[in-house]
Amino acid sequence: MVRGNGRSNGRGTPPPSGMLAELTHRCPLQCPYCSNPLELHKAADELDTATWLSVFDQAAAMGVLQVHLSGGEPTLREDLEELVAHLGERGVYANLITAGVTLDRARLERLAEAGLPHIQLSFQSTRPERADRIGNANNALAKKLETAKWARELGLAITLNAPIHRQNIDEIGAFFDLAVEIGAERIEVAHVQYYGWALKNRAALVPSAEETAHAQKVVDEARSRLKGILNIDCVVPDYYAKYPKPCMCGWGREFMAVTPTGLVLPCHAAQSIPTLTFDSVREKPLDEIWAEGAAFEAFRGTDWMSEPCKSCPRKEIDFGGCRCQAYALAGDAAAADPACSLSPHHAAMRALAAGESAAPPPDFVYRRIGLYPA
Amino acid sequence: MSAQRQRAVAEMGSRPVLPAYVRLRRDEVRGRWVALAPERVVELDERSLDILKLCDGSRSIAELAGELAKSYDAPEAAIAEDVLAFIQEWSDKLLVRLET
Repeated sequence: MVRGNGRSNGRGTPPPSGMLAELTHRCPLQCPYCSNPLELHKAADELDTATWLSVFDQAAAMGVLQVHLSGGEPTLREDLEELVAHLGERGVYANLITAGVTLDRARLERLAEAGLPHIQLSFQSTRPERADRIGNANNALAKKLETAKWARELGLAITLNAPIHRQNIDEIGAFFDLAVEIGAERIEVAHVQYYGWALKNRAALVPSAEETAHAQKVVDEARSRLKGILNIDCVVPDYYAKYPKPCMCGWGREFMAVTPTGLVLPCHAAQSIPTLTFDSVREKPLDEIWAEGAAFEAFRGTDWMSEPCKSCPRKEIDFGGCRCQAYALAGDAAAADPACSLSPHHAAMRALAAGESAAPPPDFVYRRIGLYPA
Repeated sequence: MSAQRQRAVAEMGSRPVLPAYVRLRRDEVRGRWVALAPERVVELDERSLDILKLCDGSRSIAELAGELAKSYDAPEAAIAEDVLAFIQEWSDKLLVRLET
């Protein structure tokens, strides 16, 4: 499973099971917690339909079982039905990750007929005005609720995705109620992870340690109350964690992401690490990129680790945490994730979050294409 | 809304059915069977696969257990208890729906 460098033809590299396909950076919402890079691409730079179909064929042959169709807003791709149908024909499970403000019923019906099993709907808030302020949108909540109703009628599974931060963390209980009300099978309580736009907006988003602990209590209570009614996944807020999250279940171990322009990344935020170089599906076969690409090789396995990770009994449990966060906060992508209490940067990270969350939140820098040129 | 908002309790007379969003398939690359569901991949052993293949909403748990007992040549009562527990577990994960 874990291997060193220098292997040929990908022998010994376990096959990937999941792919995040970022079909576009275009999005009708401008959420300040977006994990896309600041440098967003326009429609003209996007992969065409034939290239995506080829990527999905290659992924299926390699062993990818689930593809997460995301963005930006994936429904802005007019070929979405064709992409969904193609995945279905290959036996690959398609998860449509959408803001739910661009679909009409006829389109959702076409997607269901194409074989789509599941949509993941993001909710900025359970309150209309707040939802519009966070997404810089107009009447977003009502549109999302309508989309959820259609999805239910069409027999699609629904995940309610709730990105949590200091400006809506008081609504965690309300998000559970909403998930039950719309008939969702699953909720993702997604504490914001600070990459891309979210990192830019961290001071406006990061909650206090007390708020975070209270939110966790609400989640724990909901888990027992909603057993057999709602599946609950919670992405932990790791600025206050003891151990880091096992980011991507280990670098280059199960997942890959493909950007709108065709770069293949070991994690969707990996472009924040400037020392990495990425291959493109326009130039190389996907299996070669997975097995031998420099960005995948950089942190695959455990050979790259230094202390405190190298001798840590948890090194195969959390894989040293997140490389992007190590770069962002420790200045070294090969360092231990500062979310880990064993990192020499851990205290500074907590202090940063505590300080920012105690000060009044600054205005959001809304996510917009072109604000930072690609 | 149509989704069940109470935890479903499996009984011998309940008829389990796989929701449309749960897909069973062979995973040739890894030489196994899996159930695919929202953001999950569940590896299936032979027994689980045998049960799930019969979850089409037409059979009760008791009938399903009867068929399995015949094909395994095993005592029906023990199989029925196993199947009931299995279906309850899958129902709690919303991977199987129970019709009454």
